[in-house]
Amino acid sequence: MKGWREIRTGSTVLEAGNASECKTGGWRTFRPVIDHKKCIKCLFCWLYCPDESIAITREGEFEVDLDYCKGCGICAKECPKEAITMVRED
Amino acid sequence: MTKHVGIEVSTAVAEAVKLVDVDVISAYPITPQTHIVERLAELIANGELDAEYINVESEHSALSACVGASAAGARTFTASNSQGLALMHEILYVASGCRLPIVLAIANRAVSAPINIWCDHQDSLGERDTGCIQLYVEDGQEAFDSTLQAFRVAEDQRVLVPFMVCLDGFILSHVIESVDLLDDGEVKSFIKSKMEPKYRLDPDRPLSMGVLGGPDIYYEFRRQQEEAMRNSKKVILEVDDEFSKLFGRRYGLFDSYRIEDADVIFLTMGSMTGTARVVVDRLREMGKRVGVLKVRVFRPFPYEEIYAAVKGAEVLAAVDRNIEPGAFGGVLFTELRSALYGCEKEPHVIGFTAGLGGRDVSVSDFTTMAEKALRVLETGKVERAYEFIGLRE
Repeated sequence: MKGWREIRTGSTVLEAGNASECKTGGWRTFRPVIDHKKCIKCLFCWLYCPDESIAITREGEFEVDLDYCKGCGICAKECPKEAITMVRED
Repeated sequence: MTKHVGIEVSTAVAEAVKLVDVDVISAYPITPQTHIVERLAELIANGELDAEYINVESEHSALSACVGASAAGARTFTASNSQGLALMHEILYVASGCRLPIVLAIANRAVSAPINIWCDHQDSLGERDTGCIQLYVEDGQEAFDSTLQAFRVAEDQRVLVPFMVCLDGFILSHVIESVDLLDDGEVKSFIKSKMEPKYRLDPDRPLSMGVLGGPDIYYEFRRQQEEAMRNSKKVILEVDDEFSKLFGRRYGLFDSYRIEDADVIFLTMGSMTGTARVVVDRLREMGKRVGVLKVRVFRPFPYEEIYAAVKGAEVLAAVDRNIEPGAFGGVLFTELRSALYGCEKEPHVIGFTAGLGGRDVSVSDFTTMAEKALRVLETGKVERAYEFIGLRE
């Protein structure tokens, strides 16, 4: 991590589209865990996630992008099949 | 060529803003600042100043518009005071955090309630932690010269923080004084006609300003800002030095009057300083060794330089045109006392609040304060560290 003498003046970021570099997963206390046996792929979690952290793999499975998921639990609350459980991070 | 004129101080400030060829002005009227921006609006309407004047619905919006303009690389100016400045409070932190060199003229006015449009320093001193340079002027010439200097200092790459030029409302802002106005050519020899920012908002080179700074980095940004304020002291002196070589007037971080051998030194801010000098002269005639130090730059507070200047004195008397309910004393007093505490030579420091809400700080008030300070000198004891002067009991 850079010290205060090295960082750019005024919190200016020169690269456009840089929000993806700000990995907010570290804020998380609870992690969503998907039970793929219960999942019916209704896309509710994908729709409700406020941070685009539900990823759909090439195989069509649903996964949580833990780099950005803040663990808000909305996906678990909205899942009609209760296929998502929030598990406390270690 | 310099023109020697009789001019309202507000108009002189507006002339200085015109001479630095400001690009964007956004302001909301509030007495006693209004004449400054009214005059600027007139200059733009007349075609004498080529700038954008953004009309807004509040001071919050005025400073927000200035933030956008300054971020885009425009030389930017606004003015306010009192409740208006309080409404800018939130955006002052944004401006300083984004390191935008916006210049603000503050025609100091008391803060309501009760409603009061007259002078004290409560409004700008309430903003002393926002990360803006604060400079308090004594007269029209200093207001004009300091406004020119403010842009140079604020835009210096070693500084890049907003700059408040504070002038006493009505006492200075509405008074016609004799001022030497510099001309275009003279000012061009002192300051470039365009701001040269390191980063600016530009559609061809997209960048982000004022981004998220979490617990892992916010602290580092704030420390960097603090360093810029410290550095600004040196830059203020450099710019002042250059200014004095070009135009023959020098102001420094503070102004000293008869303090070299003084036992008692008044510390003042703003227009009351002239009255203090009159009282100092009278007391000197009576053989009392008294002097006055006018604090011009309040943020950054030049504590080392002030200590070096006053350490020979026995008693320091800080005169505050503000009140801090529940605090140890007024703002200047507590700042000074805290800065000197633990120094090798520690003079007695006493504080007075005077002149709130436009009440005159008279010769007789300064005489009373001098008597109290001289009593401390004689007895070597501080009976009351902080008192209210010119107040009906």
